[in-house]
Amino acid sequence: MNYESIIGLEVHAQLATKSKMFCACSTAFGNPPNSNICPVCMGAPGALPVVNFAAVEMAIKAGLAFGSQIQHKSIFARKNYFYPDLSKGYQISQYEFPLCLGGHLDIPLASGETKRISITRIHMEEDAGKLTHDYGHAEKSHVDFNRCGVGLIEIVSGPDMRTPQEAADYFRKVRQILVYLGVCHGNMQEGNLRCDANVSIRKVGDTKLGTRTEMKNLNSFKAVERAIAYEINRQIAAVERGEIIIQETLLWDDAAGKSASLRSKEDAHDYRYFPDPDLLPLIVTTDWIEGIRKQLPELAAAKAARFVRDYGIPEYDAEVLTAERDMALYYEKCIAVYNSPKKISNWIMTELLRELKNEGIDITACRITPEHLAQLVTLIDDGIISGKIGKDVFEEMYTTGHAPAAIIDTKGLKLVSDTSELDAIIERVLSTNQKQVEQYKSGKVAVFGFLVGQVMKETKGQASPQVVNELLKKKLS
Amino acid sequence: MTTSLTQLTIHESHERLKTGDVTSEELTQAYIKRIEAVDPQLNCYLTRVFDSALLQAKKADAQLKQKSDVTPLTGIPLALKDIFITKGIRTTCASKLLDNYIPPYNSTVAEKLDRSGAVLLGKLNMDEFAMGSSNEHSAYGPVKNPWDLTRTPGGSSGGSAAAIAADLCAGTFGTDTGGSIRQPAAMCGIVGMKPTYGRVSRYGIIAFASSLDQVGPMAKDVMDCALLLNAITGHDARDATSIAAPVPDYTHGLQSGIKGLTIGVPREYFIDGIDPQIENHVRSAIDQLKLLGANIVEISLPHTEYAVPVYYTIAPAEASSNLARYDGVRYGKAAPGAVDLADLFKRTRTEGFGPEVTLRIIIGTFVLSAGYYDAYYLKAQKVRTLIKQDFLKAFHNVDAIVAPTAPTAAFKLGEKSNDPLQMYLNDIFTIPANLAGLPGISLPCGLTENNLPIGLQLIGKPLDEATLLRIAYAYEQSTEWHTKKPSMQKSDAKK
Ligand SMILES: [Zn+2]
Repeated sequence: MNYESIIGLEVHAQLATKSKMFCACSTAFGNPPNSNICPVCMGAPGALPVVNFAAVEMAIKAGLAFGSQIQHKSIFARKNYFYPDLSKGYQISQYEFPLCLGGHLDIPLASGETKRISITRIHMEEDAGKLTHDYGHAEKSHVDFNRCGVGLIEIVSGPDMRTPQEAADYFRKVRQILVYLGVCHGNMQEGNLRCDANVSIRKVGDTKLGTRTEMKNLNSFKAVERAIAYEINRQIAAVERGEIIIQETLLWDDAAGKSASLRSKEDAHDYRYFPDPDLLPLIVTTDWIEGIRKQLPELAAAKAARFVRDYGIPEYDAEVLTAERDMALYYEKCIAVYNSPKKISNWIMTELLRELKNEGIDITACRITPEHLAQLVTLIDDGIISGKIGKDVFEEMYTTGHAPAAIIDTKGLKLVSDTSELDAIIERVLSTNQKQVEQYKSGKVAVFGFLVGQVMKETKGQASPQVVNELLKKKLS
Repeated sequence: MTTSLTQLTIHESHERLKTGDVTSEELTQAYIKRIEAVDPQLNCYLTRVFDSALLQAKKADAQLKQKSDVTPLTGIPLALKDIFITKGIRTTCASKLLDNYIPPYNSTVAEKLDRSGAVLLGKLNMDEFAMGSSNEHSAYGPVKNPWDLTRTPGGSSGGSAAAIAADLCAGTFGTDTGGSIRQPAAMCGIVGMKPTYGRVSRYGIIAFASSLDQVGPMAKDVMDCALLLNAITGHDARDATSIAAPVPDYTHGLQSGIKGLTIGVPREYFIDGIDPQIENHVRSAIDQLKLLGANIVEISLPHTEYAVPVYYTIAPAEASSNLARYDGVRYGKAAPGAVDLADLFKRTRTEGFGPEVTLRIIIGTFVLSAGYYDAYYLKAQKVRTLIKQDFLKAFHNVDAIVAPTAPTAAFKLGEKSNDPLQMYLNDIFTIPANLAGLPGISLPCGLTENNLPIGLQLIGKPLDEATLLRIAYAYEQSTEWHTKKPSMQKSDAKK
């Protein structure tokens, strides 16, 4: 029997605002527990939320990038449930009237075509705190409210994906766009982006949707792919055994590579949503929307097309260089210093990306500045060092962050282009290799390469190959 | 007979403080002495902060002497309903759950009072989380009505109203969600005003029903009421529902009289069940307004009868959510002996909340539940809109509305405490102004045969507190009701 899977994703993205969604507390990550808190985000009696309009602006930006209809009037609602990481006993969210409705996102398929995934809605909400159970008391748990009240957008897709791969690609693309917009830092380790998946299966040809389950706690692209594949297999196996899929919420355990039931439909929370009386309806004027639209940055696809057009680099290079916004910025900074787009692209795509990958860091943490990389390429092009030595200089730059010129100076790597010095070396080489000189003169031109190699060897590679070529030719003629 | 210091109004005290005839320290000492002597009978104060009050008084005296930064409240001993968050001063909301709660921040109102140079004597008793109309739902025992110690002072700002009537402070601020300022003001024979929703910041007011809660002054006379209102009104960036409208000086124009004003008398507010004595006095008060030059017209507010059920749907719904934060995790009294998380929440809330609060949380949770939301909460919101429209229509033709504040005078302690419905009906005339967000004021307009105060209510257009104060002042100055003082005795009168 052939089955097809129906997948929809809910992506929660932390907004990259400096302060929280409804108070002035910092959103900085990694501070000591409960240091970014105030009466508002702690749910102190009497404290009231006030909307951070920078967060709204970011949500609108995201909506525009995904082609959503920005609603002129949306309403904050309370989602009521008890949990110790929720300081007010409710989460401020949007329910019936979200900020953005509709939209879509095109993802690349293996075939080279693209597939359009619909977006149902994007709404704003606040994050909860974080529970920790490992503070040295077996019988106690602790709550850190630093994250509580940080602004989030939830991007809800239509049930349009058919494979785990598509889902992961969609998630990746969502992240890329949000990071490009500056709306989300996109750091998965720090929990900037989280994802829940709705999964159901049906027999190929059926038009009715099967019962879906919701998988929570998908915090990496790999986890999305693995968890959905796991769930699809679980559902297929269950149906094959003649079981009925029940509607439930599952929790993915990435370390164990399996999921466990969190709650069934019967135990589902009744969140008792109602409009938050502490907040007026959120009114967004056309002027505001259009102002934001004008500031929308160039997104990856447009940037890649421009790179191909303006810099003449291959499509593949452009795609790699624009995959991450920060990488694209890095590349363009290099070009601004030394306009040699293809050579710089080569250095980044081979050497730099390899090193970054090995170290497991991203371009923003790279010790080589774009200026230095551009200088390195310039030095090679100017014949100051050879391409081969360039690689050694690059290694040194990568570890130390020093400027290429400084490295060349201290290590004495500069090419020998002083012709009098080279003349002496060439004379020596020619006199010790009489036989080869005879052969060359009698028409065996291939020997020339051997002689160049000998000269280079003598200079320990620090001679400019062009200069050696010219001088040697002159001597042999 | 000379009036004792504690009987002075705020404006009278201010005159004497300015001339140096009396110091704030003397005034504060007089109140402290009176509180110590009288409050054990009344139970108005939940927390007394006399040491810091005397320090504030000394500071005020220095300012008065140097004539620097003197406001009409400088050196005036005031108190606050225990619903206002006061930094470093225990704030219980009359609940056991917050018995040990010392707030880390200040409410906007407390902050403004501090800046005005007023002296804070302490925090006043109320119904737990402001839920009640008799002050019997306080976790710290009921407040007695100074006019008859066997009766309630009304609620929820019962401690505030009784404290003013008994001269235990010069003035206070209460909160009014369904009548919690006006009803106790009526029952204790003082002046109490609920301003337009959004006129005063709710920041730092422990929330009961956020779309209805509003802070307002409670005072010995209308002039004091205006002075207190001046001190707290205005936009606050920390309260998204506060209104950014210019704030007038409410003492200006008080004396300009009411000639030519049109005042509406709503047919629906004179119904069966209203105590005939109340109706008679309110009717006489209306005649008096006519005598003072107002045009009196009958009006209709046809949806009035739905106000109580609408209120008792919306207010508990909001309360059920507002009170969810009291889980014992971050502050407040966590119940001991919990075996797990759910048990901690359950025990803390079961032990911490009194029966009336519990009842309303249950009602509120029910009306918001899936499957019931549309039939209850949503419908109530629709009817609320109709009630609002009734008023706005009426205000096309009238400048203000006059009505009784409550259908009866102060009732006996325990008389209605087992009958929530009877209790809820006591708010029948005050609730509509909350649902419509309109300003309302209650002021004394008579005494019953049992010597119990009767309140006259005026309801105004949005942000038109000034007209209400003007009418109230004109009425007050032409009668003597505001000068009557309570007996501080028990009475054996049955009703
Ligand atoms: Zn905060």
